[in-house]
Amino acid sequence: MTVSATIRIQEADFDVAQEIAALSKGRTDVGAVVSFSGICRGSEKGEPIAALTLEHYPGMAEAEISRHADEALARWPLQGLTVIHRFGRIEPGENIVLVVTASAHRQAAFEAAEFLMDYLKTNAPFWKREESAGGTSWIEARDHDDAAAARWTKS
Amino acid sequence: MKVKYFAWVRERVGKAEETVEPPAEVRTVADLIGWLSARDDAYAYAFEKPKVIRAAIDHAHVKPDAMISGAREIAFFPPMTGG
Repeated sequence: MTVSATIRIQEADFDVAQEIAALSKGRTDVGAVVSFSGICRGSEKGEPIAALTLEHYPGMAEAEISRHADEALARWPLQGLTVIHRFGRIEPGENIVLVVTASAHRQAAFEAAEFLMDYLKTNAPFWKREESAGGTSWIEARDHDDAAAARWTKS
Repeated sequence: MKVKYFAWVRERVGKAEETVEPPAEVRTVADLIGWLSARDDAYAYAFEKPKVIRAAIDHAHVKPDAMISGAREIAFFPPMTGG
């Protein structure tokens, strides 16, 4: 059976439990579901923030995530895969991103979820801007995120 | 071809997108950055550190030496901070 990924780029919030259930409910071939939720922190580098605003590149965001989702489906034996990434203004405590992977066994589900998150961080065209008492500023990319993504290209 | 700008590159250039017709000698992404930078101070400021700038052609990441001929849409933006 061919498995296809569900990818959504949206401004609205999502329901984590509902997305997990969508990949596992009524099925007997799924033995493991891994979910990763990225949530807006209330501080950045020790300073409180009021909100993040995520800008994205419509069209490329979907295309880039689809490419990595297809790679994950080719590399691991997955029964289901969902990626949701929000854009717009997001306040502390709110969801930003969700990756859900379903497989017969846990290792594939864990690895594929981690692979996708590492690539989302460095390759998906989204940019975070933080709002704080001192004004607004773009969040800088982190070298350790590049290193995390690079390890998946080693054999 | 259409050129799009995102995040602080967009803010520095002062627009989100435009249509440009570079001369034939502008062959690569790096050439295009150089050509745009020579237009005025806003572009020069946006592209002052070309090594930091990321580019995409038709929704796929490319390196600075990528050829731009045939491209419908080229985008310039800072390193990504999603996820």
